[in-house]
Amino acid sequence: MILVFAEHQNGIFKKNTLEAVTYARKAAELMNLSCGALVLGNANSPESLGIYGAHKVWQFDDIHFSNFDSRMFAKAIADIAIQQQCSVLVFPDSTTGKSLLGRVAIRLKADSVSGTHTLPDCSNGFEVKKKIYSGKAIVTLSLNTDIKVLSLTGNSIPSEKTGSEVAVTPVTCELPEAQVAVVETNRVVGTVPLPEAEKVVSAGRGMKGPENWEMIEKLAQTLGATTACSRPVADSGWRPHHEHVGQTGIAIRPNLYIAIGISGAIQHLAGVNNSKTIVVINKDPEAPFFKAADYGVVGDLFEVVPRLQEALEDYYSS
Amino acid sequence: MNILVAISKTPDTTAKITLNNGGNSIDESGMSFIMNPYDEWYALVKAIELQEQLGGKVTIVHVGLSDSDTIIRKGLAIGAQDAIRVNANPESSNFVAHQISAIVESGSYDLVLLGKESIDYNGSTVGAMVAELLDFPYVSYANHLEMEGDNIVLNREIEGGIEKCKSSLPLVVSAAKGLAEQRIPNMRGIMMAKSKPLQVVDPVSVSYGAQTVRYELPTEKSGVHLIPADDMKELVRLLHEESKVI
Ligand SMILES: Cc1cc2nc3c(=O)[nH]c(=O)nc-3n(C[C@H](O)[C@H](O)[C@H](O)COP(=O)(O)OP(=O)(O)OC[C@H]3O[C@@H](n4cnc5c(N)ncnc54)[C@H](O)[C@@H]3O)c2cc1C
Ligand SMILES: Nc1ncnc2c1ncn2[C@@H]1O[C@H](COP(=O)(O)O)[C@@H](O)[C@H]1O
Repeated sequence: MILVFAEHQNGIFKKNTLEAVTYARKAAELMNLSCGALVLGNANSPESLGIYGAHKVWQFDDIHFSNFDSRMFAKAIADIAIQQQCSVLVFPDSTTGKSLLGRVAIRLKADSVSGTHTLPDCSNGFEVKKKIYSGKAIVTLSLNTDIKVLSLTGNSIPSEKTGSEVAVTPVTCELPEAQVAVVETNRVVGTVPLPEAEKVVSAGRGMKGPENWEMIEKLAQTLGATTACSRPVADSGWRPHHEHVGQTGIAIRPNLYIAIGISGAIQHLAGVNNSKTIVVINKDPEAPFFKAADYGVVGDLFEVVPRLQEALEDYYSS
Repeated sequence: MNILVAISKTPDTTAKITLNNGGNSIDESGMSFIMNPYDEWYALVKAIELQEQLGGKVTIVHVGLSDSDTIIRKGLAIGAQDAIRVNANPESSNFVAHQISAIVESGSYDLVLLGKESIDYNGSTVGAMVAELLDFPYVSYANHLEMEGDNIVLNREIEGGIEKCKSSLPLVVSAAKGLAEQRIPNMRGIMMAKSKPLQVVDPVSVSYGAQTVRYELPTEKSGVHLIPADDMKELVRLLHEESKVI
């Protein structure tokens, strides 16, 4: 059995959970196993995970899971994995998934890898690939223990609706007392958080000052994109720190990344060059970003962005 | 308060990656190495700030061979009191975590601070493993931390937000940007670091851990497609028809 940890936020399964379910179903097919999803706590319609490929859905509905304590979650996941005789565990590569993967791997004495982007190659044991050095190389790792634990990088395998709802089976195990208490949670509301965004509009020092950001926000709104920025922009307070992408900021891999007035320094690229399609708008034809781009526009952003805005508005209205 | 800070060695991000023998290993000959930024800028400096406030000691632990001694000395120059190097190649996160937890068990530490991830493999797993091996609580991606009586209060980064939480000690924490302000070692620190104790210990044996099979380089982008600055309709068409992202 392959077990997916079906993370949810306030009851809702997020995109990378659904991707992980589809991934686990595909891996299960390759390995002649079945795929079960585990829901901890109270989520909306756990049966829907069947649509994305889970053959079985287990739910451990306990009030304690409304408080995230990695030790408690890890024990529950590992215990249930043993109860259900699971040989592979899949986590979404989220902050929660990454806080749990290492703990669960230790509990199960399992080889693990965080952030793979490929299905296992089982022709010679169990091998998966992972991008390293900011995408400048790829390593193949072999997991050799009976149980294997991995997390799936977001946006590497699209979720697929290939199945149908399945009945939810309650499961339980003994829980340790939580050691960490969540006091309060604050989320930016309204926009899709950067690590999950499929489209990102990002701008750099070429913008000249914070007063010019209106056109970036407008562009993002038209596209349904999340806004981001380069480090100096966040450091000088033009934009909030949570928008800073790159080596020292957030690493993202959206389907579309539009970089406006950003030079493309290696530390910036480190956080964005796994994006599927990169568009660069820069007045300097020698800007290093063009080497990493799929589409490039050499021109003054103050002229190009309004034109792009207009073209997009035409596109969406027709 | 006694704090153990785990530091790792990573290639400088500007490093160009080339492979040996068609992918058996990474060619490290021309590469320069640095202390992992999250470890240096945030984990280590936060440890030193706490030590300055509350007393106690900051100890560095590093799993690596003697070529890491320069970065360990840098950590001592920034302000740690002493260091332990586990003399072994950091083969896997699992191997490293077992070494770090063995060091914690052989001493007496209230807090173990790590970086949120190493910038080479971006594993983000060692901290969780150390916590589990020690049966300690773990708070990842902390960008704020302060003592409140016997408890420790932290802000943890989550997707699109912040979670404020509270824990007792001992505790394992992974440090994100914002936890502290980067410090540059000064002359006095650099001089003092030379005589601070750096103990070298043998590794404990670990029976499992993912194994590296081979490396490969990604396929290069085919080259940028330039679009005239006055034809944004064409860009929109390509985004829709060619790359299918809108
Ligand atoms: C250890 C380390 C870590 C770092 N981490 C990060 C990180 O995580 N993220 C990050 O972003 N940076 C990071 N940096 C900084 C990085 O090296 C660059 O300095 C930074 O990315 C540059 O930001 P920028 O492209 O916005 O600004 P600049 O380099 O100043 O580039 C501005 C660009 O705008 C263009 N431009 C100007 N005016 C116009 C106009 N009117 N129309 C069109 N184009 C215009 C220019 O041609 C130029 O290419 C890090 C640096 C170090 C040393
Ligand atoms: N070889 C090592 N020696 C000491 N600490 C390490 C080592 N490798 C990783 N760490 C610590 O673990 C953190 C997370 O690393 P990783 O899980 O590899 O992304 C790093 O920021 C370091 O604090």
